[in-house]
Amino acid sequence: MHELAIAEDIVDAVCARADGRVVRRVTVRIGKLTAVVPAAMRFCFDLAVEGTVAEGARLDIEERAGAAHCNECGAEVELADPILLCPCGSADLAVTAGRELQIVSMEVG
Amino acid sequence: MCATCGCGHSHEVITLEQRVLAKNDELAATNRSFLEMNEITAINVMSSPGSGKTTLLERSIRDLPGKRIAVIEGDQETTLDAERIRSTGCPVVQINTGAGCHLDAAMLRDAIDRLQPERRALLFVENVGNLVCPALFDLGERGKVVVISVTEGTDKPLKYPYMFATADLVVVNKVDLMPYVDFDLGACRAQVASVNPKAEVLAVSATRGDNLDSWYDWLAAA
Repeated sequence: MHELAIAEDIVDAVCARADGRVVRRVTVRIGKLTAVVPAAMRFCFDLAVEGTVAEGARLDIEERAGAAHCNECGAEVELADPILLCPCGSADLAVTAGRELQIVSMEVG
Repeated sequence: MCATCGCGHSHEVITLEQRVLAKNDELAATNRSFLEMNEITAINVMSSPGSGKTTLLERSIRDLPGKRIAVIEGDQETTLDAERIRSTGCPVVQINTGAGCHLDAAMLRDAIDRLQPERRALLFVENVGNLVCPALFDLGERGKVVVISVTEGTDKPLKYPYMFATADLVVVNKVDLMPYVDFDLGACRAQVASVNPKAEVLAVSATRGDNLDSWYDWLAAA
């Protein structure tokens, strides 16, 4: 359950930045190619905020689709999973999106 | 009225745009520069439980007596693997993660402080047996090796693509058992290539010794 370690990292970062103010909402961006499951993330976030200034905060998740550029045929390909395969048959793909794992913003006060 | 909690106040929105695991990545970068400064080659060895990681390390230590090898063992509980490594005469420390399912950069830093590996050492870091979580945590290592064994089945790379996507090398272990199991090495290689075209694949037997020279050559070049 790596989502717990990741949720703790997020909560640590927002609480440090909140500087004692109450955190109402946290927005994170999760790419589909990161092996982070949004449902597990929500579950772990609710555990990680307990007893902190972010207790009860809402978690908003912006999911980002995976995408890659095919170095063989030049197409821009959408990726549903980390399996690198272009419809042209090539596996020589450069991933351009889907690996995001960021804290976007938070709401305090 | 505020849209988040329905209260009468207006809340301040703070933009962060920072990477999650930034703290781990910073610690990993510190580990990496410490290791490079001391010319220590750290190899992060990952796999599911029972693929033969410890056996591969024991055999490597015995086959490479001229090398300065040190080992960091990661397991949820027990010091059993560290004891196996210690019996070879090699310096070793055990990390017990308790409920934790992976090693992170802070744990590696603590273990390096306890182990005090020699300059120019080859440092094996045996991660917690798990084909999912360790893939996300940079430790500051030079190379990542994923070990699978033929008894686990051909389809591991497609079932656990995130792990295989991070590997520099995939070691297929227990090839001495190939006559007794349904394992297709060619298909497994193709699966690895489909998630990670840059990864090398070596088929070995850590108990019988098949193709271990290629593994030692890879380590020497790492």
